[in-house]
Amino acid sequence: MSGFHTPDDGLDRFRFRLGVAAVVVLLAFGILIGRFVWLQIVQHEFYSTRAEDNRIALIPIVPNRGVITDRNGTVLARNYSAFTLEITPSQLGDRLEESIDALAEIIDIQPKDRKRFKRLLDEAKNFESIPIRTRLSDTEVARFAAQRFRFPGVEVKARLFRQYPLGNVASHALGYIGRITDRDLKWIEESEQTANYKGTDHIGKTGLEQHYEFELHGLTGYEQVEIDAGGRALRSLKRIPPVSGNNLQLTLDAKLQEITEKAFGERKGSLVAIEPETGGVLALVSNPTYDPNLFVDGITPDNWKELNEHPDKPMINRAINGAYPPGSTFKPFMALAALELGKRTPGQAIADPGYFNFGNHQFRDDKKGGHGMVDMYKSVVHSCDTYYYMLANDMGIDAIAGFMGQLGFGARTGIDLGKDDSGESKGVLPSPAWKKQRFKRPEQQKWYAGETISIGIGQGYNAYTPIQLAQATATLANNGVMFRPHLVRHIVDARSGEKRAVEPKPIRDLGWKQKNLDVLHRAMAGVNTEGTGARAFAGAQYVAGGKTGTAQVFSLKGAQYKEHSVKKELRDHALYIAYAPIDKPRIALAVLVENGGFGAQSAAPIARMVLDYYLLGKLPQGAANEDDAAVEAEE
Amino acid sequence: MIDLVGSLRRGWLNVTAHIDFPLLFIVLGIMGIGIATVNSATIDTSHRMLAQTGNLCIALVVMWLVSRVPPQKLMRFAVPLYVVGVLLLIAVFLFGIKVNGSRRWLSIGITRIQPSEIMKIAMPLMLAWYFQKYEATLKFRHYLIAAALLLVPFALVAKQPDLGTALLIGSAGFYVIFFAGLPWKVIFGLIAAGVSAAPFLWTMLHDYQKKRILTLLDPTTDPLGSGYHIIQSTIAIGSGGVFGKGYLSGTQTHLEFIPEKHTDFIFAVYSEEWGLLGNLLLVTLYTLLIGRGLLIASAASTLFARLLAGAITLGFFTYAFINMGMVSGILPVVGVPLPFMSYGGTALVTLFTAIGILMSINTHRMLVKK
Repeated sequence: MSGFHTPDDGLDRFRFRLGVAAVVVLLAFGILIGRFVWLQIVQHEFYSTRAEDNRIALIPIVPNRGVITDRNGTVLARNYSAFTLEITPSQLGDRLEESIDALAEIIDIQPKDRKRFKRLLDEAKNFESIPIRTRLSDTEVARFAAQRFRFPGVEVKARLFRQYPLGNVASHALGYIGRITDRDLKWIEESEQTANYKGTDHIGKTGLEQHYEFELHGLTGYEQVEIDAGGRALRSLKRIPPVSGNNLQLTLDAKLQEITEKAFGERKGSLVAIEPETGGVLALVSNPTYDPNLFVDGITPDNWKELNEHPDKPMINRAINGAYPPGSTFKPFMALAALELGKRTPGQAIADPGYFNFGNHQFRDDKKGGHGMVDMYKSVVHSCDTYYYMLANDMGIDAIAGFMGQLGFGARTGIDLGKDDSGESKGVLPSPAWKKQRFKRPEQQKWYAGETISIGIGQGYNAYTPIQLAQATATLANNGVMFRPHLVRHIVDARSGEKRAVEPKPIRDLGWKQKNLDVLHRAMAGVNTEGTGARAFAGAQYVAGGKTGTAQVFSLKGAQYKEHSVKKELRDHALYIAYAPIDKPRIALAVLVENGGFGAQSAAPIARMVLDYYLLGKLPQGAANEDDAAVEAEE
Repeated sequence: MIDLVGSLRRGWLNVTAHIDFPLLFIVLGIMGIGIATVNSATIDTSHRMLAQTGNLCIALVVMWLVSRVPPQKLMRFAVPLYVVGVLLLIAVFLFGIKVNGSRRWLSIGITRIQPSEIMKIAMPLMLAWYFQKYEATLKFRHYLIAAALLLVPFALVAKQPDLGTALLIGSAGFYVIFFAGLPWKVIFGLIAAGVSAAPFLWTMLHDYQKKRILTLLDPTTDPLGSGYHIIQSTIAIGSGGVFGKGYLSGTQTHLEFIPEKHTDFIFAVYSEEWGLLGNLLLVTLYTLLIGRGLLIASAASTLFARLLAGAITLGFFTYAFINMGMVSGILPVVGVPLPFMSYGGTALVTLFTAIGILMSINTHRMLVKK
């Protein structure tokens, strides 16, 4: 069979090696098939998922943020659509500056726009587009569209912007939104909202905008898009539309708010007005205010500096963050405590020589020579200090702190502003326990009986926020049924229109006796008819309960306080609490005017203006005037 | 009239005299799958199906021509083809055109040629000729000379650098030496030496070649770089499952996630759309092809024919195994096309030349005997 050239053993060896080769081939193909079985059967699920992940991209569709309206439907915060010019820096790389320069030739780009862009660029997540110009005009959009081809990585996007149509009005209640920062991201993560915030780049920063962030935001929709390896969207597979955020209808009355803010004029201070029957906040003023619209697309450093470094501190919400001694506005609550705890009867009178001696210290009354015989009614109407020095001494600090604590003093009210109450101050409800915790050295920690005396007239360590004072006033007006102050009346479901009430139930009924309450109501009405508030409420067509107050900023160490001789920023704070009409109060309020001098002088006229508008619809002319003559009356 | 039928019959017999039909049908089977897959891979973009069909027609003509050349005549081409091949490789080394960082092409006025392609045939041809020449007086030194004949073109191609083609050329030459009877102890000695020299060889590799090997060990180290190819092709294969996603329905393919999808990575396209069953069919066809080739080698009548047939057949195996191995992620990514599947005219002509040689060897046995 074989040729003579080839020895048989050579051919056999060759065939044997062919056999070896065949075995190697089969083994190798066996390994391959094993690999295919591994990939296509065992790991099939895993790779199928990978292939799906590859091909499908979810493009989030950001929902419309909920609209905020006041109790009458006036819009306080809304959205509008505008075009922005946005750059995706990752697509431009080194040519970023160059591109912006070229863009500046066709579209007006100010240095401030560049600055903001740089700042956003530093904060930006990867691959996202960053606005270089917001609110393009139609002409600008057209001009860019014509030259689009020159600018890869630059595009015009329609975005929704937040707008606060009333500007400064109610800014401390509304708060504002701003771009999401790392801290906000943490918050979102902790709230397990990360998925819902894909694509969202603004978030509530303070106020209602922050407190109701997750109501206002809505549910992010998405579009499932098939993409190719280059990330280009080829076709839409599925679209889940976003669900708009819920709308907020406030208890706030925008007109009342606006009038009140105007009433303050240039003065610093705060006013909180509450509907006693519900705890709904009718007005929440902290003056000066700011324009929240400045924050919407990133506040410029200049504006921020101006707001932040202004001596009047417009960014501080005095209504919930300012803690002030309540001064004489504390007295009605002291009087009620005395009645409830049986320390005084209404008719029990003291003789007021104009001072109260305790140990070797003399506590002075405002009125030289004293008020003579003073019962409870007179003590409130004429704001007699001596009466309350004695009362405080008789009651003792623990009884005072217990009663006032029940009334909400020295505790956060839990008003729906900011995030987790963190925006609200607690103030100081003085007590031995508080002192022990507040101070470090043992001799400072001890409570001295003498310290109780000035607590009785709302001085000393007492420090409360205007919202606490307003809450206590509203509780008094509501005969001891206490509500948490709240700004949102209903959360309105964006889809169904269904309204969810926010605070339908009282938090506490303090169980005060009606006859005791009647004493207080009569006395506080007396303040406005014959007492310290009489000038401010002269000619009022309704009966209002009230109480003036003056809180010392500066201790004169026994010298007589002469208001004109003291510098403006060292003048006392003026306070006023009021509720009206007295028989069925529809509004209760607390006013504080920083360095306003006497309560009757600058706080009471503001209260009058607010009540006149709210109860009678009377529109005031400009800011409330200071009533210097009232000073004499109070003295 | 009867005569016409008779002459047609004689003509047909004459034309098909040197066609090995089992081999032809197996190869056409693979080609059918290949052209369909090229269609799927390029339907969104460059539409290469007709071009590949044209390539097949040309290649079939070449196969037919080559199959009619008896092995004795083929032997006469061995030395000139090898010498021309080596000279062209040297020319490439000196004047070649650089594409993508490697010098593989030579411009000859109207077109460009890739001389390494010639070496794929010239190498086994040359070595088979050499062992035939010294068949009666074979000494160990002949193996050394054969090794030298192997290493020169291997080194030139590896230097281009084109590791894939160098491996194919080197393995084709090695198969000849192996079938010629290289002692087992030398083979095992070489393997041992190769393993111990691996660290040294490692330092000789180009960075991109090292990277490819490292990437194979863990593709995720470089998911956007060289690991990307492997990751995407394994996803394509794995997501195909048992039955595949259906013809023209591979998402990895049609959304451009598979690189080089109509050439080196065509197997990923096929596997995604036809699944494990498709893979089994394809591997079976390759096994039949190789089996048929080994049978032809076994039955060949001269040492030259045996060695050549054996080397060519194992060459097909090497192509198929390396390609499917790299696409499924068990071998490093080297530029080796999948025989009869990957798009490309030059490669197809080379492959069908090889098929033609096998046919020639199988159909000229009797003639040699006479």
